[in-house]
Amino acid sequence: MAAENGARVIIVDSAPKEFRGGNSRHTRNLRVMSETYSEKSFLTDLDRVTGGAMNAQLAELAVRSSPEARVWMTQQGVRFQPALEGTLHLGETNAFFLGGGKALLNAYYFAAERRGIEVLYNAEVIALNIRNGVFETSEILHNGESKEIRAKTFIAASGGFESNLEWLEEAWGPAARNFLIRGTSFNKGRVLKLLLENGAQAVGDPTQCHAIAIDARSPKYDGGIITRLDSLPLGIVVNRNAERFYDEGEDLWPKRYAIWGRLIAQQPDQIAYSIFDSKLAGKFMPSLYPVIRAITIGELAERLGLEPGALTATVEHYNTAVIPGSFDLAHLDDCRTRGLAIDKTHWAQKIDTPPYLAYPLRPGITFTYLGVIVNEKAQVQGVKNVYAAGEIMAGNILSKGYLGGLGMTIGTVFGRIAGTEAARAAL
Amino acid sequence: MQPSDLLKEGERVLTICNACRYCEGYCAVFPAMERLTTFPERDLNYLANLCHNCRECFYACPFTAPHEFDVDIPRTLTQIRESSYKTYAWPKWLRPLSSTLAWLTITCGTGFSLWLPKTNGNLYTVMPHEIMVAIFTALSVLILLPIALTALHFARANHLSAKAFAPALGDALTLKYMSSGGTGCTYPDETHSNARRWLHHLTFYGFSLCFASTCVAAFYHYALSQIAPYSYASLPVILGTLGGVGLLFGPLGLLALSIKAETTNWFDAEFTLLLFLTGATGMLTLAVRETPLLGRVLIIHLALVAGLFLTLPYGKFVHGIYRFLALVRYSLDRT
Repeated sequence: MAAENGARVIIVDSAPKEFRGGNSRHTRNLRVMSETYSEKSFLTDLDRVTGGAMNAQLAELAVRSSPEARVWMTQQGVRFQPALEGTLHLGETNAFFLGGGKALLNAYYFAAERRGIEVLYNAEVIALNIRNGVFETSEILHNGESKEIRAKTFIAASGGFESNLEWLEEAWGPAARNFLIRGTSFNKGRVLKLLLENGAQAVGDPTQCHAIAIDARSPKYDGGIITRLDSLPLGIVVNRNAERFYDEGEDLWPKRYAIWGRLIAQQPDQIAYSIFDSKLAGKFMPSLYPVIRAITIGELAERLGLEPGALTATVEHYNTAVIPGSFDLAHLDDCRTRGLAIDKTHWAQKIDTPPYLAYPLRPGITFTYLGVIVNEKAQVQGVKNVYAAGEIMAGNILSKGYLGGLGMTIGTVFGRIAGTEAARAAL
Repeated sequence: MQPSDLLKEGERVLTICNACRYCEGYCAVFPAMERLTTFPERDLNYLANLCHNCRECFYACPFTAPHEFDVDIPRTLTQIRESSYKTYAWPKWLRPLSSTLAWLTITCGTGFSLWLPKTNGNLYTVMPHEIMVAIFTALSVLILLPIALTALHFARANHLSAKAFAPALGDALTLKYMSSGGTGCTYPDETHSNARRWLHHLTFYGFSLCFASTCVAAFYHYALSQIAPYSYASLPVILGTLGGVGLLFGPLGLLALSIKAETTNWFDAEFTLLLFLTGATGMLTLAVRETPLLGRVLIIHLALVAGLFLTLPYGKFVHGIYRFLALVRYSLDRT
């Protein structure tokens, strides 16, 4: 938007070209107000997931500007496709990018190239010279070479700190070392930290992050969406001691999958196992890594490195507590257990049909909530000529919880506002 | 049976794809993949033959190298596709012979034409009509048999039935999945372009018009007792000329694109080159038909047609048959 308004723009990205554009590469849709999704429904959904802890003015701005943002995206060459198979519940609220987030980024970089915007890859901001609350220059390390860039305005669109394990450790202790990071390894939060050190006001809980259960065999960084597992509500989930620790059937999976990262992070060694039987094979999205299988529960425990006696006892105990009902994954059904210390309240079926199946689970960190406070012009509060867009300011609206596609709504809407305002201030 | 490391790689990358599915809207490969949970050889061959190697999904994929997953669906499917042509070819022993025979025919024909005395404008003093018909009828039977058996082999492996032929034919004739939803493919480079689709249309319909021209000429000869050469305004000449133009520009353009995309290989280039040479010499025959050069040019042209025919059962030509049959299965699986 800044270039469209006549400003000279330079983009500085700490990642190499192949990993450019932060974690947008892993997104797939944009939550957008439309004929099928009213402003009121959108705001109600936001209110529900955040518990009302949000800047209502900014939230309304994001919602109301979302249709316009979508049109603008199309003008940049972004293409959309019908809701993906298995995501039909998002069909009315979200617009899916054809090819996903990386295709979207490619379209953006082509558009930037056409406008003569310079992009520096492998270029990390290492210092911001902010004097008396005014940004003057930034120091960057470009391919290992130190440079200084002077600019009239600065837009921070540098995301959170989810791949900075040391920073995560400040909040989570040594447990953070066992976290897997779903996005690229370049989201270190350097600019966020620099802004906070230079007088920007913080928003969002610095200790919180969005974390889901992913396959423990996933790569340390950048596994994206494909490492997620949807088998958890089908069976039971046990920790290293072969003990259950939470109601796996609490609510429909799309509403609950985001709590499991934190739950597993609180278990010993930050590891857990989703255990189910062959009745349920193929009832969920295919997984990246093969399911671990065995003919007996004891053998399955051995494969997983668990105490066979302990797992057998947990499964037997669970099986005797199962009350028969009619199994229905699409609804809160009446299959439950009774009499357990932690009951499974829906989709409880006996685990009795070999081969028995399992996936190992670890917390997979999606994003962090800490950011900088902005106003409706995307201006960072506390520094005069600095603007912010995307995850670094998403905490103004999404202070906790998760709403699919909202990150892209906030990023696109405030990215456009920040560009327009920064250009206006500079020219 | 394909090389096992290739099949393993296909299974590996498609398992990654199937857990993602962001590319669903690009072409038929991804919706077809989503109907499968495992990827045995038969299904890999099917998916590989739905792929046009347009590379959209490569550019859209966050898991391409240097990512440790190193996913490159178009590369892997192209390797499997080319390998699948060997798997279903029948009889296999003829395969290595076909290209050699073709080029031998072309060389001999060209050599022979240089020995030939110059003729006046009469077509059949160069080669009597009966001999021409006998040679090409024998050739047609010789190549139709392996083509039909190969097609049958692939169709049976995929449990095809004839009821889905119509929608598949529509998809194939319009090259529906070579358009990436209208904007064109990311071929030969990262920007969208419909060039390849149009050049393919020129080539395919050029080839079809030439074939139609031959059929009409045969009809004139046998049913109407009209003997060639036909006038410039006659149907065979008009069809042949239009087709010849297609075969001049289509294959050359495709070849240029593949060089730009750095995907050129002899398997593809041989077919494209023979189509171009056949078209070019066909046009030349028309141009010199009233000059003493007719005999030489015609013999070269006929040798090229025979050479092209000989490569059909085992060369790039078969991609059309495999793709069409894969589209038939795609259409069947959808209903």
